[in-house]
Amino acid sequence: MSTNRVTATPRHERSLTQIKFNAEGDLLFSCSKDHIINVWYSHNGERLGTYEGNNGTVWTVDVDSESRFMVSGAADNTLRLWAVATGKCLYTWEFPTAVKRVAFKDDDSQIVCITEQRMGHQCAIRVFNINRDGDGTNQSKEPLHMFNPIGSKATVCAFTLTPNIIITGHESGKVALFNIKNGDEVDNNERAHGDVVTDLQMSKDSTYCITSSKDKSARIHDTKTLMVLKTFTTETPLNSAAIAPIKPYVLLGGGQEAMNVTTTSLRQGKFETRFWHKVFEEEVGRVKGHFGPINTIAVHPAGTAYASGGEDGFVRVHHFDESYFRAKPYGDLEIAD
Amino acid sequence: MPGTTLEDIDYSDIEAKYQVYYDDSFDNTLVVDGVPIIDKSKLERLLAKVAKEFSRKGIAIKPEDIFMPWDESTGKSKGFLFIDFRNVEDANLAVSALHNHPFDAKHTFKINRFTDIERFTDLDETYMEPELEEYSSREHLRAWLADPQGRDQYVTYRGEDVEVHWHGKPSQSELAHKPDWKDFLYVAWSPLGTYIATLHRQGVRLWGGPSWKPQQRFAHPLVKLIDFSPCEQYLVTWSNEPIVVPEGALQGPQYFSPDDEGNNIAVWDIKSGDLLRTFSTTNDNETPGIKKQMQWPALKWSPDDKFVARITPGQMISVHELPSMYLQGKKSLKIDGVVDFEWCPHGDKDKEDAEKDVKTAINGSGSKATTKKARENMLVYWTPEVINQPARVTLLSFPSRAILRQKNLFNVTECKLYWQNQGDFLCVKVDRHTKTKKSIFCNLEIFRVREKDYPVEVVELKDTVTDFSWEPKGERFAIVSSSDPNLGNPGPGITIKTDVSFYQLEHGKNDFKLLRTLPSRTSNAIRWSPRGRHVVLATVGSSSKSELEFWDLDFNLEDAGRREGQTSKEEWGSGIQLLGTADHYGVTDVEWDPSGRYLATSASAWTHTLENGFAIWDFRGQELTKQIQDRFKQFIWRPRPVTLLTKEQQRQIRKNLREYSRTFDEDDAAEESNVSAELIALRKRLVDEWNAWRALCKKESTDGRGQKHGKARAAEEEKEEIEVWVDEVIDQIEEEILE
Repeated sequence: MSTNRVTATPRHERSLTQIKFNAEGDLLFSCSKDHIINVWYSHNGERLGTYEGNNGTVWTVDVDSESRFMVSGAADNTLRLWAVATGKCLYTWEFPTAVKRVAFKDDDSQIVCITEQRMGHQCAIRVFNINRDGDGTNQSKEPLHMFNPIGSKATVCAFTLTPNIIITGHESGKVALFNIKNGDEVDNNERAHGDVVTDLQMSKDSTYCITSSKDKSARIHDTKTLMVLKTFTTETPLNSAAIAPIKPYVLLGGGQEAMNVTTTSLRQGKFETRFWHKVFEEEVGRVKGHFGPINTIAVHPAGTAYASGGEDGFVRVHHFDESYFRAKPYGDLEIAD
Repeated sequence: MPGTTLEDIDYSDIEAKYQVYYDDSFDNTLVVDGVPIIDKSKLERLLAKVAKEFSRKGIAIKPEDIFMPWDESTGKSKGFLFIDFRNVEDANLAVSALHNHPFDAKHTFKINRFTDIERFTDLDETYMEPELEEYSSREHLRAWLADPQGRDQYVTYRGEDVEVHWHGKPSQSELAHKPDWKDFLYVAWSPLGTYIATLHRQGVRLWGGPSWKPQQRFAHPLVKLIDFSPCEQYLVTWSNEPIVVPEGALQGPQYFSPDDEGNNIAVWDIKSGDLLRTFSTTNDNETPGIKKQMQWPALKWSPDDKFVARITPGQMISVHELPSMYLQGKKSLKIDGVVDFEWCPHGDKDKEDAEKDVKTAINGSGSKATTKKARENMLVYWTPEVINQPARVTLLSFPSRAILRQKNLFNVTECKLYWQNQGDFLCVKVDRHTKTKKSIFCNLEIFRVREKDYPVEVVELKDTVTDFSWEPKGERFAIVSSSDPNLGNPGPGITIKTDVSFYQLEHGKNDFKLLRTLPSRTSNAIRWSPRGRHVVLATVGSSSKSELEFWDLDFNLEDAGRREGQTSKEEWGSGIQLLGTADHYGVTDVEWDPSGRYLATSASAWTHTLENGFAIWDFRGQELTKQIQDRFKQFIWRPRPVTLLTKEQQRQIRKNLREYSRTFDEDDAAEESNVSAELIALRKRLVDEWNAWRALCKKESTDGRGQKHGKARAAEEEKEEIEVWVDEVIDQIEEEILE
């Protein structure tokens, strides 16, 4: 797929951990192992500002639908709430272990976070209410709900449409639905993946989601029934998967483990973003650029661009050009989004 | 216990469990006939003598174990006795060691098992007509050639699984057979594709026919290497373990006999499965300690399967006749210092001549004058320089053993013998050293075998030639040469720079002239298409380079009739054209299919473990399929036998190619539309399913929101679009209009 135009390659000093577009898609948030969260203009790659204060790898970031608040989770065992506009840290929650994943609820009223299983502490999932009145510094210290998922630890999570139900991906490759009120596992698919689930991104209307895994495959699940709808099998471990709006594609990224990279050539490393047809489960194209594994992929909410963050410290923002929208590689077929 | 007596208790289960079994068989009892008839006085001495006789052979028996029956009426012995042995093994040993053993001048032991005697006496004496086995026709072993689509087959070996596939258009590339063979080293096709062989611990097994049934087996334990004779009549097997024939092993023409013990190589007849002969690979007067790498094939077959030859380096070449496997002429070819030899292959013409010969022989007609006698077998060998005597290449006809041509060579380090596959040309690649013996260069001595007096022509080269290859059925050859200083000391990450050159026979001058040199490549392997013309240059076994170059040497020529009208009308070497380049990471094997239309490359897990798998390309270098599979080991095309069409028929086909190709074009078009129709239907179904699911989701989510998220929905609905028109007065100008 050569129909892309790279406008920006923002640079972190260390490998990227997660990138996120805001609801309008004009801003791109990126966090990395260099302790800093950056926000960039997505159209030209200019840096708007940084969010400093974390004292460890920032593992995860999410922004609310009004682009007012942003939350981050880091290896310094903190979960922080930031004011997007000013870069101020509004509130800090402290935990015994690192925060691996955060996510806003659709209506911005709650956030969910996963803390790492380490040093005798179990993996925990906590849900906080976000007080949106005032300047945002007045947050409750205690979580609204907290529970420890039984069995394999959770690695990724997101809110679903059903109230009080979140969807999680686990180290064992399991995908499950949890009731946050009592911590019950409502439903699960133990065999969703064969290895650790590395990413989970919801569709626009949250009725389905895509997961990526080290087992070299990505899958689309129905968020209600956890039925696997589509499977995309590649030949490389995957770190991230995203769903493109408008066009029926999914974007997969990954590559050789960082520790194996030096022993293989660049061509071998498979550090490309792969475009797969969402319905036909066929690869339609690849975009090269990174010279390390791709750690995270995000698609512009309007479907006009996508960004990928790599182990090499680069964020590459690709804008789809006209031919991407015009091209109908499979003929005239109406495919619902 | 009141009420129950001992008899009431049922002990049968315990009795059954602890029952003592008596060894009531007579397996360890032998009957010895041919014992001297004696009277009682001599009994003790005889028994002692018999016991001693047995003990001498390593089977200890006591006189008490011997029972001697007596004829009470005469008071003499009956001339036979019974011996009880400790166990069956001892008894068996005694049978093999002492049967027909001369006891003294008049008496010879005849030993039988007691059980056998019993059986023989019980034998029904009436003759039973043996039932004739119902004749079951064997499967056609070449049935795959009758494939209506004319497809070729290939075998893949991955992990523990072997699969045989058809190779054709995408819709026709189906699995032909997936056998459940277990525990074997590797698989190999026979040279004409009739059989596929698997190497097991117990020996070699051949499979074939449409049902892939076992066709033959050869019990050579721990076999490691096999080699078929060119006409598939015989098989040579080799194992690093010397043959051992254990006691009680199966005997018969298909099994090793004690005479074969200690040998490594066995020659078998494929049709009958009989063992013909075994050889040892170790030479008696070889200096111990210095283990030279064994040459394989160790036995070289003449192209007509009539002779097989074996070299004793430095001494002689032994040629054996088939099928008797006796030494031809009862003596070897004694050649001092002989290093290597090769048989001359038969060309298509030779085969025709040979067939005619056979026919005339069968007809018995005296029309000898009409047919030319088929060419005798030829072999070529070389001897190195010895003091005062130059190195020498000798062309010898066989079995007449007449020296046809000899060529002396000087300053020779090494010679390699390359026959063109039709037996038209022989190239001797001579690695020569300078007087100081510091640097090495290369000469190619080319023998034109079909011409009178076998003229030799020399091509001198400055560089070292690492690979040489004749164009099959052609008058061209390609060489890979290199002047890279790293040549000869390979290390990790070092890729040797090479030049590839093509030479062609110039008919006017009758010598080989350089067509073109392709400088600074990394290619180290030449693979000619089996039909000639196309050649692939590959970089094999390198960790960083893996290029494939597809060349056409007759690019300017119209395909039809190119052979006939090949005169040097065009500029020399202008027909060479690069058709395409490709890359197969970590390629270890490159092989053309028998038709010369497709090329298969594979990366075998036997060599390395990176990206194992195989790819198939067309002759232009377009990738047709590529499969990356973990633990992929082997890819082999199924060979095809020589065509049955005569030269004339082939010419007819070439002439009317357009006619034939039309039907194929139609097939292709139909196939294409068929495939696309199927694919479109499949896609349509997938899209419909997806859209239906999406519609369902949308319906559910709107319903759900209607109830549960009433507020959110309401809020959404409250969002009205309000258009506000703002009139802004920027400036006001009053104008008076005069009327």
